[in-house]
Parts: sequence; C-alpha cells; structure tokens
Amino acid sequence: MDTQTANKTKEVAGQTERITGAEAIIKCLIAEGVDILYGYPGGAIMPVYDELYKYRDRIHHVLTRHEQGAAHAAQGFARISGKVGVAMATSGPGATNLVTGIADAQIDSTPLVCITGQVPSPLLGSDAFQETDIVGISTPVTKWNHQITKASQIPEVLAKAFYIARSGRPGPVLIDITKDAQFEEFDFKYEKCKVVRSYKAVPETDPESVKAAANLINNAKKPLIVWGQGVILGEAENEFKAVVEKAGLPAAWTILGASALPTSHPLNVGMVGMHGNYAPNKLTNECDVLIAIGMRFDDRVTGNLNSYAKQAKVIHFDIDPAEINKNVKADIAVLGNAKESLALLLEQLNKNSHDAWHQEFKDLYAIEYEKVIKNDISPSKEGLTMGEVLKQINIESKGNAAIVSDVGQHQMIACRYSEFNITKSNITSGGLGTMGFALPAAIGAKMAAPDREVVAIIGDGGYQMNIQELGTIFQQKVPVKIVVLNNEFLGMVRQWQQLFFDKRYASTEMTNPNFVAIAEGYYIKARKVVKREDLADAVKEMIQSKDSYFLEVCVEKEDNVFPMIPSGASVSDVRLS
Amino acid sequence: MNEEIKPYTISIYTENNIGLLNRISAIFQRRTINIESLTTSQSEIENVNRFVIVVNITEAQAEKIVKQFEKQIEVIRAYYHTDEETIYQESCMFKIKSDLLFEEPQIQNIIKESNARIVTVNKEFFVLEKSGRRNEIESLRRDLNIFGIMQFVRSGRISVTKEEMKITEMLSAFNN
Ligand SMILES: Cc1ncc(C[n+]2csc(CCOP(=O)(O)OP(=O)(O)O)c2C)c(N)n1
Ligand SMILES: [Mg+2]
Repeated sequence: MDTQTANKTKEVAGQTERITGAEAIIKCLIAEGVDILYGYPGGAIMPVYDELYKYRDRIHHVLTRHEQGAAHAAQGFARISGKVGVAMATSGPGATNLVTGIADAQIDSTPLVCITGQVPSPLLGSDAFQETDIVGISTPVTKWNHQITKASQIPEVLAKAFYIARSGRPGPVLIDITKDAQFEEFDFKYEKCKVVRSYKAVPETDPESVKAAANLINNAKKPLIVWGQGVILGEAENEFKAVVEKAGLPAAWTILGASALPTSHPLNVGMVGMHGNYAPNKLTNECDVLIAIGMRFDDRVTGNLNSYAKQAKVIHFDIDPAEINKNVKADIAVLGNAKESLALLLEQLNKNSHDAWHQEFKDLYAIEYEKVIKNDISPSKEGLTMGEVLKQINIESKGNAAIVSDVGQHQMIACRYSEFNITKSNITSGGLGTMGFALPAAIGAKMAAPDREVVAIIGDGGYQMNIQELGTIFQQKVPVKIVVLNNEFLGMVRQWQQLFFDKRYASTEMTNPNFVAIAEGYYIKARKVVKREDLADAVKEMIQSKDSYFLEVCVEKEDNVFPMIPSGASVSDVRLS
Repeated sequence: MNEEIKPYTISIYTENNIGLLNRISAIFQRRTINIESLTTSQSEIENVNRFVIVVNITEAQAEKIVKQFEKQIEVIRAYYHTDEETIYQESCMFKIKSDLLFEEPQIQNIIKESNARIVTVNKEFFVLEKSGRRNEIESLRRDLNIFGIMQFVRSGRISVTKEEMKITEMLSAFNN
C-alpha cells in the first residue's frame, strides 16, 4: 500500500476496511440480507468459496448437484419469498449450466443475482481453460449483466445488481467476476444502491388514466379481469381483492397469477389460456371491458390475437411500459406498480355485482364440470387420474400447500385443480416451460419458507431432468414432498401427437427406472401407488411426514388435458374433448 | 397505426458501457430486423453516448422496439423519427490513382460540382471526401467509377432531429 492510500484508509477509518474482493463479495451479500445461496464450486470461484467457508455461520451455501439446480433453487426461493435468490457458479461450464435458469427467471420476472467466477483478467480472450463469454451468452436473458475485473468495482456493482434484480419488474442479473479481482485487496465500503440514472424502476401512474379506467369499469355491463403475476410481484393482493369485491368483477388468472386471490373466492372464475377454464376463455370474447392487471398477453393466454377480445375495450395495468400495446392494443394503459394504481382505482369504483354476467360463468363452469372436471377428479374408470391425486393433496394440505410444478400435463392439472388459500403458492415455470424446474425449485421454496408445506408435482420425464437434486434434499435435509405422476410418457407431447400427428408417438414413450429405489438410495422415504384404494392413505402419510417424502403415482398412460385451445386457434374455440 | 414499411432513424442515448452494443443489436436480431446503418458516438451531453440506427420497419414496430431499448438498464432514452423529422447525412471517402487527377480533366469537374473535398494527394493516390445524402454520394460514386476507384467507404447515417430532445433536461433533473 502506498502512503497516500494508507492515509486515505485511515482518514475514513471505521467506514472502510482493507479486504480481498472475495471477502467483499460475501460482505455485500450479507449487507443485502442474503443468508442462503445455491451454487457449485470450481477453479475460477474458489477464492469466494474460501470466504464462504470462513463466513459459514452467517451465510448458508447450499451445494446443489448441478448448476441448473442452483439457478432453479434460487428461483424457487425468490418466488415464494419475494426476495432476491442468489446462485453462484464457476466459469465456463458452471456458468453455462446456469443459463436455463436465468432464461426462465427472465421470462417469468424472477429476481435473481447470479455470480460467476471468470478466468483472471489477463487471460480474458485467450481461450483460457474454462473461459466462456458468459456476459455475451447471458445478455439476451438477463435484465442486466456486468463483468468485474477489479476488486474496487465489487461493492458498487453488486449493490446495483441487487437493486436492479428486485426493483420495478424484477429479473435476473448476472455478475461475472475475474479471479484476480477476487484475490485483489482494496478498501471496502458498502452502500446500498437506491437509484440508477438511466433506469426508471417504476413509471409514474397518471391519475387521469386511472380515472378513465374507473369510468370504463363503472359503465361496463360485462367486465372481466385477467390478472397475472404483477399482482403478486407488486404485493398488491389486498388492493386487488378489494377492487374485485367492490365492483363485483369476475376475475380470471394466468398461470403465474394463480394464488393471488384464493381459489375458493366466489369471484375467482379460473384460469385463462391453452388449458385454462372454459368460462373465462369463452367469455373473453364476450366481455365488454377486459381489465388486464400485471399480465403480458402471452400467446398461450390469448390464442390467435386476431380473434382475441376484439369486441372489448382493453384496460392494461402494468409496471413495464414495453408490455403496453406489445401484443394487444390497450384503450387505456395504467402504468405503475399494481399496489398503488389499484389503490387509486379502488377509490373511484362504484359498487356493483353483475349478477347476470356471473351467471354466465357459472353456466359454462357447469358444462366444463360435466364434461371434464368430474372425470378428472372423481373418475369412474379403473386407472388413476392426475386430477384425483391433486384433489387428495388439496384435502390433506387443506389448500395451504405451495405447489411447485414441472412442465407438461401434470403441470396443467396441478394448476387447474390445486386449491390455493395463500398467495405465492403456485411456483411453476410459466414462460419458458422448463422441464426439470420443479425439483430444485421446491428445494429453494422450502428453504425460504420452512413453515410451509411444499409439494412438488412432477412428471416422469421432467423428474429425470434434474433427479440428481435428490442428493441436495438428502444432504440438506429439506423436507419437501415429491409427487411423480408417472404416465410412462412425455405426456404433453404425446397428447399433441395423438391430436395433431395421427398418434405417431415419436420418442415420447419412456421405460422408467424403479423410482422408489432411487429415492431410497438417497435415504428418502418413498412409496408407490398403483391402485385407487391406496391413494388417500399414501397422500396422507406424505403430508404428515416431517421429513422429505417421495410418492410415485402410476396414472393412466394416455389421458389428455382438456379444455384445450389448439395453438393458433381462437379462445372461443376452446375444446372440451 | 401506419403499417407502411419505411426508414426510421432510431436515436438511443446511453451510458458508456461495453456490453451495450451487444444488447442493442440482439434486440434487432431477435425480431429479424436488418440494421441498415449504425453509428455510435459521444452525444451533446458529457459521458452520454448516442446511437443512430437506421432500419426499415413499420411505425408499430418502431414504437415497440424503442420501448425495448428504453427497457435496457443503461439506456437513458430512445426515440424514433422519420426522414422528414430529421436532418441527416452520410459521408464517404474515395481513394483514387493520382495520375487520373492530372490526366482526366473531367475528374476535376466532378470534384468541383459535387462539392467533394480533397483530403490528401501524394504521388500514388489522392483521397476524396464527401458528405451528403445517399443519392449524392451514389451519383458521385457512379461518376468516379468510370475512371476506377481504388477504395470506397461510406459511413452510416448521422442525424439530428428538427424537434428538441428533452434528454438534457431529464438528466439535469436527475442530478438535482
Ligand atoms: C427442457 C425441456 N425440453 C423439452 C420440453 C418439451 N416438453 C414439454 S412437456 C413435455 C413432456 C413432459 O413429460 P413429463 O415430464 O412426463 O410430464 P407429463 O406431460 O407426462 O405429465 C416435453 C418433452 C420442455 N418443455 N422442456
Ligand atoms: Mg409423463
């Protein structure tokens, strides 16, 4: 240290301390309130792991069995808690293994900070061992990313990373840190980031737009709300419920919006989209005012845009200006955080009940119940259905479980039939549809919310995409409940092959291993159900278990999920069979 | 909204950041929009960069894509403008054999009439520079091509808008 720096350090004694970049990273994490992170060590991140060892009583590093598992675990952690999830990996393959989770977090607006080690800065660009351009690779799937090559950049950049990940519309941030920056000593001082000049986290809400929205809703004959995850991310559940109840608005949810309003709420009319409920899909094309709240008109929700809600005036509440008019033109756009804008809206809404309009939803529900739901949850056939398993889980968990689902038929069934009393309870890969998401995400969810029942619902296909995380569950003693709905098929793809490819089952049939033996190999209590009479007892035993528990249910091999809007069709063309 | 495809000039004011060009070009690439020209330089504001990008798209696309740029953390503001709303120029350089300058009197006329500027002359070659609209540059290129051009290069479009951009105001509001 030269004398000048020495003096400077002294001058501000008490505020700065001379530490390595690696230690600074840990101190930044602690300053941001991080007490759990998920990751996997390797050469380029070893100095940080060395500090994690020293700080192990203050920050718990969970060794997953694959970096993809670390990213998804951090996502599960973030989704159930609303906090930033943190994942860490080494350079090269460690970093690239995170990418699927990062892409998933980007499209589902999940706050993550991913920290990757990088080769020493003098080696950058030399094709050094385990060098990959992870900043380049992750650019299109991150809200922000940055490479650090000097220790002195660490506090400011990490502070910015957390601020950007959690503020506004949340998303993943990746920070790549060269190994020499981890070793380098510097004068550390941490200040939280409160503002970034070029970034406006939350756009201002124009009171006039709220007024116009209220006016339209007050005069509507057939209003319909479709809400998304924005209600949950904005922690606007109470304001939302008050709006729905005051104006008597039927409210339907996108897959990521589920649980913001309890399933049993009389104004909750179900899920929209490809495998959503009959009534809200059909009536999207009959409503006169469509009120979209914190949702982004994904193509799985809208079906063919040319015949989507053309008759309706559209009001779009969103925090992200880029979502306005992106897919559906809004007659009125209300920018801002749902919590504030819905509170403003509430004041201006008239009381209403829309009884006749509600009756239309009930009538269509009755049709769906007769044609689909009854057979799903109370089947008369011999084989077990996915729906009756979910029904049993509802009964045993009393609708208080967080359901973490993977991707496929079981996911749609889980979302359709789970009862949610508590918000942030539907944790699933919506936008990316990432098979392999659920098992690691459930680990993160359970660790973030140890008092909650966390049940993972997974297909036999997706389960085998991150099955190695059973090792994490065992080592960390995470009491998650794992349900594999085994149809011996990549069921959702098989369903499409049946309906649209003349039953040519190309590479969708699976010869599965002994799942119970695998779980037992990890010392996880396991049970397999093949007959209906054993189902209730098995689910009960699982929910009552204090430890992790694996339940395999062998279900009908060739059941299909309905209702269904074939891709490219209109929401009006939703099929019941 | 107007569905006509025409040139739009996108102006993006940004923080000076290494990865930003990558982020910006990825936004075009994902939407299979071809970049006609791209220029980046210092802007009128200290430490703020300006990208000037020309693309052939519809106004609806221009509006959406500008929002995507503004969504990027290090983008301060983005705008789109039609040709009519901007003053724009390109510039170009020609490298030509010096002999021609003396042997072909026609070339001297071409230079004079086109308002091109001779940047340098030496024994082997001379260099011409010309700024203007694309059609002026193209016509000069055609005229000179007859005599042989050793090298030709044309820059991307640079442009300023007729209307005021509120960006300076915005940044000073931030600083206060
Ligand atoms: C990583 C990944 N690869 C491929 C797909 C395509 N895909 C969607 S659903 C599905 C089948 C899932 O099978 P399984 O996990 O057994 O669930 P099921 O549909 O049978 O309930 C596939 C292959 C995907 N979503 N994600
Ligand atoms: Mg399956």
